[in-house]
Amino acid sequence: MTDQPIPAGGATPAGGPALVAAPAMPKHRSQWSDVWRQFASHRGALAGMAVFLFIILLCTLGAFIHDVDPQKLDIRAKNQLMSWEHPLGTDNLGRDMLAQIIAGGQVSLAVGVTAMLLSLLVGTLIGVLSGYFRRLDGPLMRFTDLFLALPLLPLLLVIIMLFRDMLRTAFGPESGIFILIVFVIGITSWMQTARIVRGDVLALKEREFVLAAKSIGTPSRRIILRHILPNVLSPIMVSATLGVANAIITESALSFLGLGFPSDFPTWGRLLYDGANFMTLTPDRVIWPGLAISLTVLSVNYIGDGLRDALDPRIRGR
Amino acid sequence: MLTYTLRRLAFAVPALLAISFIIFAILDLAPSDPTAQLPLTIPPEVREKIRLSLGLGEPFAVRYWKWLIQFFVNEPLNLIEQWTGWSFGDGDRLRVLSWQTRSPVVDLIAQRMPQTLWVVGMSYVLGALIAIPIGVISAYRQYSWFDQFGTLFSMVGFSIPTFFTGLLFIVIFSVNLEWFPSIYDTTHEVTDWESFVFQIKQMIMPTMVLGLYNASQISRFMRASMLDNLGQDYVRTARAKGMTEKVVVLVHVMRNSLIPVVTVLALNLPQVFGGAIITEQIFKVNGLGQLLIGAIEGGDIPTVQTLTFIFAVLIVLFNLIADLLYGILDPRIRYD
Repeated sequence: MTDQPIPAGGATPAGGPALVAAPAMPKHRSQWSDVWRQFASHRGALAGMAVFLFIILLCTLGAFIHDVDPQKLDIRAKNQLMSWEHPLGTDNLGRDMLAQIIAGGQVSLAVGVTAMLLSLLVGTLIGVLSGYFRRLDGPLMRFTDLFLALPLLPLLLVIIMLFRDMLRTAFGPESGIFILIVFVIGITSWMQTARIVRGDVLALKEREFVLAAKSIGTPSRRIILRHILPNVLSPIMVSATLGVANAIITESALSFLGLGFPSDFPTWGRLLYDGANFMTLTPDRVIWPGLAISLTVLSVNYIGDGLRDALDPRIRGR
Repeated sequence: MLTYTLRRLAFAVPALLAISFIIFAILDLAPSDPTAQLPLTIPPEVREKIRLSLGLGEPFAVRYWKWLIQFFVNEPLNLIEQWTGWSFGDGDRLRVLSWQTRSPVVDLIAQRMPQTLWVVGMSYVLGALIAIPIGVISAYRQYSWFDQFGTLFSMVGFSIPTFFTGLLFIVIFSVNLEWFPSIYDTTHEVTDWESFVFQIKQMIMPTMVLGLYNASQISRFMRASMLDNLGQDYVRTARAKGMTEKVVVLVHVMRNSLIPVVTVLALNLPQVFGGAIITEQIFKVNGLGQLLIGAIEGGDIPTVQTLTFIFAVLIVLFNLIADLLYGILDPRIRYD
């Protein structure tokens, strides 16, 4: 979608033209400062960024401030509502909910980011290959269509049910399920990225700078890495944000159906699932994890919205 | 158009075969034993017989071939027999049997289908009914407070997962206010006014949860499509001709804007079935989603295979329908 040529290498080179032009222009403007200015003018995106940073800080540093063991049982203090000792109450086994939400958030965010990275890697690879090499285009796009036609949620559930025990014995109960979930989410969510990247690569391939690079005998690998990839960076970044949101929702949905993470290694989705049975007694147990998921996804979606505007040169110029 | 349809249908066959192979292979190559749940007191030779009776003795290719025959030949023939009363051959065909109930999977699906169709169908209609006015007004009054609010609504509705809204609805409307039942009673029959009111009451929450989620997606499409069309030349022409604003917006622009939205509606319908899996689980609707979850938890592989494949068929089918709808609705698009 970025039709305008962006200088290869992403950011404007520090030396050269910028320095020469410096006396004429009152203030140096690099491409990324323009992007940031456009991003900052999107109020929703800024708010989303603030909320998302807050959630990340809460999940990383929160464990040091509220240093209660999330798995510590205190059966005499079970099913409590909010109090100073337990800011978000306790569950039916007397475990502190805030500590559990912090611990669950670490896992949820880690799943979201790793699954997104995996799906970006696969999507970009397939998109670039099928856009750049004409011979690979047909088969790879049919392969993508095939994946798009798979019923993903049922298939994810089935794969997890079938391979859960094997991976748990192979990698241990916690990392086994983590690897499995990240892997299945990653390999079932790359299709949109691949299609977008392919479309952009197809358009870029015909441009003069690629032709120039080709005519001086640059090998394909270097053309892709130096000239094509930096130019498809913006759609990739936008799909990265959407990918995080999508992965977090999918993981929570799987955990919510009881086929994700186990109770002793909870994520937000699992906390919600466990809390659902105690809804009438302690509705807090449903509200806090659900709010955490929703806020994270909402903020990430807003960041994606802002990024899309900021990285599109046609909008940014105005 | 007809040749295009036929070509697409012909192309769908290898795609569906590939998908069915993937689904079958994933389920079959997985390291799980259907007899693992049985008591340990069963001697090994009996266990082996149980495995044989489940059809696990044959090699992979034979089982795949038999499943294909069962699914693509036997079950359709059975359905035709049931609907028309004709009979083909002796009627004694191998059917896909569920391991849990030992009854044909297709019969189970036929039992569960109406509940899912009601909830999914109503929620989709509701979603479209909410979304289209929002999209139209948002686009017509772009950047007004209504538009800001509508955009926020769609962003929030899009981001909050249905399993959270569902639980939130239950906490608010069932637990605190006690307006609606939290469990969907599928044995309930509508006989008089009161039972009809009860049916409406128990349907409100599941359909609203899915409907709001759908509405948030559809309203985004509707707004974008309206904005595209409002700037077109024909709108200016219509205004110049002296058409009232109502006619311009509601007849000229809206009809044209609905074209991409209708195709998106068709494209997204299979995903809604997937989303219904979660909603059915929350409100305990015993539809297809719950059948699938139950089958997965019980290790009932034939049911899971058949259901997953039916979902895949829906996706391929609605992709085709969306493309054809485009050709029918938009005279600028010609496939031949």
